[in-house]
This record gives sequence, C-alpha cells and structure tokens, in this order.
Amino acid sequence: MVERDKVGRAISHLVLILGVAIVAFPVYLTFIASTQTSQQIVQSVPMSLQPGGHMLETYQLALFGGVNSYGSRVAPVWPMLWVSFVMAMTIALGKIAISLLSAFAFVYFRFPGRGLCFWLVFITLMLPVEVRIFPTYQVISDLGMLNSYAGLTVPLIASATATFLFRQFFLTVPDELVEAARIDGAGPMRFFKDVLVPLSMTSVAALFVIQFIYGWNQYLWPLLVTTDETRYPIVMGIKRMFAGGDAANEWNVIMATAILAMIPPAVVVLLMQKWFVKGLVDTEK
Amino acid sequence: MGAISIRNVVKRYGSGPKANQVIHGVNAEIADGEFIVIVGPSGCGKSTLLRMVAGLEEISGGEIAIAGRVVNDIEPSERDIAMVFQNYALYPHMTVFDNMAYGLKIQKVPEGEIKARVDKAAKILQLGSFLARKPRELSGGQRQRVAMGRAIVRQPQVFLFDEPLSNLDAKLRAQTRLEIQKLHADLGVTSLFVTHDQVEAMTLAQRMIVMNAGHMEQIGTPTEVYAKPATTFVASFIGSPPMNLVTGRADGTRFSIDGHELALPAAAPRAGELIVGLRPEHAALRPAGEAGWPFRVEMIEMLGAERLVHGSVGSGAFTVRVDATLAAPQVGDSLALHPPAAQLHWFDPASGQRVE
Repeated sequence: MVERDKVGRAISHLVLILGVAIVAFPVYLTFIASTQTSQQIVQSVPMSLQPGGHMLETYQLALFGGVNSYGSRVAPVWPMLWVSFVMAMTIALGKIAISLLSAFAFVYFRFPGRGLCFWLVFITLMLPVEVRIFPTYQVISDLGMLNSYAGLTVPLIASATATFLFRQFFLTVPDELVEAARIDGAGPMRFFKDVLVPLSMTSVAALFVIQFIYGWNQYLWPLLVTTDETRYPIVMGIKRMFAGGDAANEWNVIMATAILAMIPPAVVVLLMQKWFVKGLVDTEK
Repeated sequence: MGAISIRNVVKRYGSGPKANQVIHGVNAEIADGEFIVIVGPSGCGKSTLLRMVAGLEEISGGEIAIAGRVVNDIEPSERDIAMVFQNYALYPHMTVFDNMAYGLKIQKVPEGEIKARVDKAAKILQLGSFLARKPRELSGGQRQRVAMGRAIVRQPQVFLFDEPLSNLDAKLRAQTRLEIQKLHADLGVTSLFVTHDQVEAMTLAQRMIVMNAGHMEQIGTPTEVYAKPATTFVASFIGSPPMNLVTGRADGTRFSIDGHELALPAAAPRAGELIVGLRPEHAALRPAGEAGWPFRVEMIEMLGAERLVHGSVGSGAFTVRVDATLAAPQVGDSLALHPPAAQLHWFDPASGQRVE
C-alpha cells in the first residue's frame, strides 16, 4: 500500500525521522563523547554536541592501552575485541553446525527415541540460559573449563531454536529430492553435504547474523566463567572500566570502547544484510 | 539385458492384522526394450509398484528381478535404473550440467567421460544452450527434459517414469509424449511409465498394465485392452467417453433390462444375469421404427468433430458418439440404436470378468 496523499507522507516521514533520531541519538552522543577529552565532557554541562578534536588519541588509548589523563593505567581493548570475536564466531558457527546435524538426524533418520529426543530439545526452547546458569556453571567448573574459550562458548552452542528452524526447513525439502539422490547413489552424508547444506545457505546466513550478535553480546555468562583478564570479552570490559567509588571515570575512553564494541556486529549485519533478509523471507525451494 | 520380472509382488504398510495391503500379488514379465505403461486411477498402487521396482519402497512379498537379478535387497543406485519424477526433483542449487553429472560423479566416472555423456544427452534433448543455467531459470518443459537427461546419462538398463507429464500443459504434454516415444525408439531401453491418463497410456505403450485397487486388471497391447477389456473396470477406464455398461438378463438373443425386452444381434454367451458393454463409437443411431434398441435422447454435447448423444436404453444410461457432419438428433427424439454383433462385450455382474 503506497500512501499518495501529501499529508500522510509528511506524517509518516515525521514518524520515521523521530524513530531514527531516538535510536541514533545515543550512538551519536557516544561517538561525540569519544572525540573529546574527559575534562571537556565533565566540565561542559550540557555536553557539547560537536565533535571534539581528540578522536585519534582517545581511540589509540582505548585500543592499545596506556596512561590516561588522571595518571592511571588503561588496559588495552583489542585483546578483549579478539576474545569477543572468537567467542561470537565459535558460538555462531558451532550453533549452525550442531543444529544442521541434529535437524538432519531428526528429519531423515528413524532411530529409537527420536520423538523423545526432539521433544527434549524442543522443551529447552522454553528455558532461557539464565534458568540453567548455575548447574551449567557447576559442570563447566568441574570440567576445569573456567577461563577458557571452551568454557565461554560450549554451553551456549547447543541451540533449540536453530535446530527447530533447520528441521522446519528440511521438512519442506521435497521427498523426491531425497529419492533422486538415492537413485544417483548419494549416501546420507553425501546428500547432506551436496544437497541439504547448499540449500540451507540462506537460512545459515540469517542464523549466523543472529547468533553472532547473540554471542557478541553475552555478558552474564562470561562474567561467571572468567576471572582471568585475558579472557574478558569486550562487553564485560566496558563495565569494568567504570571506576568504583570516588575515582573519576575516563568517559572519553569508555565511549570509544563502546563504539569499538559496536563496530563488529554492525559490520556483520551490513555485510550479510542481503543474505539475512533473503534467509528470513525466501520461500523458493 | 533389461528385462523385468515382477512375481507375486505384494505391498503392505504396517504389520499384523492392522496391515494395510495396497498391492495384491502383481505378476508381469517385461521383455528387454519394451515400453510398458502402468495406468490406473489415483490410489490404485501404480506408483507404489514403480517405486518398488526403483527400490524406493520395500517389497513386502514376492520378488522383482531386473535383467535376471533379483533386486529385492539391492539399493536403488545399484539396480541399474534411472527414474524421472513427476515434479522433476532437480537439485535446485546445481546447474543443468551438474544435475545431470551428479550421479556419474558419485560413481567416480572420469571427468572427460562425464562431459561427453552429458553433452550427448544435452544434444539429444536440445539442452545444449542451457547447461550453465539453474533449474529455476528453466520452463517446466525444459526442466522435464533435464530430468530425462539425468536419466539418460546413467545409461541404465531400465527407465522409470513416474507421471512425468502431469505437470505440463496440454500442448507441451503432447509434444513431450512424442519426444519420449522418439527417445525410446532411439535408445531402446526398457521403460516403465506410470500415468493416470489413458490417452498417454494408449499412445505410448507397447503393452499396458491396467491397475485398480492394488490388483492388476489386465496386461496387453493398447489395441487388445481397448478391443477386449478383461473386466468392467478396464472397459469403463479405457476409452473416452467410457464404454456403456448395462446390467440385464440374457436368454439367447433376448436381453431384458428391468422388463424392457431388447433383441440381440447375436446370442449372448450364456443365459442369466449379464452386463452388456458397447462403446459409444460403435453404436449407430437410426430413425425410430428401424430394427434396434429404443433409444431416447436426453442431452447432446457438441465436441467439434463429433457429438455425444446421451440418452437411455430401457432404464440404463447410454451414450452414443455421432459424426458431427450427420444430422443432429433432437432432445426428446426416440430413435433406434443399432448394436453391431461384433462390438458387444459381455461381463459377469458378480466378478466383473469378461465372458466370451
């Protein structure tokens, strides 16, 4: 439905502009703050909305660490970015791999307890991570996986949502395709590799975007399983930058870190946008 | 070579007393190079039978042999068959070339030979300029040809077709039918072709198997099946409009339908309850008063070259096909229907079997 009427168009534009402003303004503020010195931020009330001239040095300080204007040491952010990146990638790719395989098993194989297994997986859809966080912590701790990438990622990899999504997708693949592959002599894994996975690529892309952001934004779980600074992801790092008590906050560095933390998910979304939308709306088989 | 033996083949789903039997002991010997069409209404088990030959359905009883080798426990890919599906079942993400080459790649056929075979098949099917395209960029008819190409490159002993024409429009269907016929003439590969369309069956088959409710009703050449239907089912299924079938009581040259006495041109094969069959195209309508069965015209359909005159003989509905160039009868006319002796078919009312 296209609104041709001028007033209607003006109103809808106004609403959209307002919406964009509400969403974009905090990001803009963060960026502006990261280009000023911490004194400028604290002293000018309200804060100036024009970019300051200290962008490069602030970002350098945030990325590589150093000594700030109050004379205290700032930890470099890039190792945290790396931890976050590894964590997000492992979670996203791991989830996709496991979900593809388990959905494949549920749809194409008949084994004892198949229904039970599926329902067990399905039921976990209803349990958020937080509900099982303590038992999971106990398991990871007993396995000696605290402060490791494995500890950070493995408990988050199993995914009922993705399994369910791929199962639904596989159910729409026509049976004749399976039969044609059988006549062509393709075994189950061959069929999986040559036919199912290529057909699922758009869904995989959509899931990758969602799961990468999910992995990147993890906060509570890393907070529990990491005590070693070299294993802190960036989302935790931002929080740790707030000095406790009376100490002054280095706002410009914190804001720069926040901007740095926003960039990778934004890049992933931008790069995968076409695939992402296709994966969510595509019905072509 | 590619002869197929189907011996006492039974298919049931489930087991024990609840088992649902869908094929009841089918027997057929198919010679090498023959083109066999399996025809029947939907749900008659024709596709199931084909899928058992392909190895996509388990055989519950009896055995199937291809080229002299019993294949009951052999994987589809080892049976030396190729199948064309109703919805083509092309791999959507592969090009036409890859679709045709996929099976050969799995068989580890050398690259050069794959290319040669695909090119040859593409040439036969005029697909040469489409090899780099994806199936979704092709029309229905072209996809159908790719599916056939995929079957041809395997160089199998047997082609299996599962209603391959039903997704095409009428014009394309007729054209593809001719192509399949030509292909069979060129390659001479044993073919099993399943369809619910009797025109396809009549035009394509060297011999046809008519199935109904899991039973094989008749096997024979299209001419035989048309001229001597083995059961009332075959009589009413093959031929359009279907054969007129009227139940009555025969006694020598007399036949009575609910008290209406009719004179038969020749004696009935036996006395008692019988079904008489007469094809619409074999009955001739004459003016009332001439020798024949009294026929009352109730409705007329004009089909261009001919008219279908629907009416009744006694209490039985009857259809007669009349050349459109002849004068049209009027609704309500009373005419005489002349049944030629040689064209009367007789069936047993209880079993439906033909009575000679």
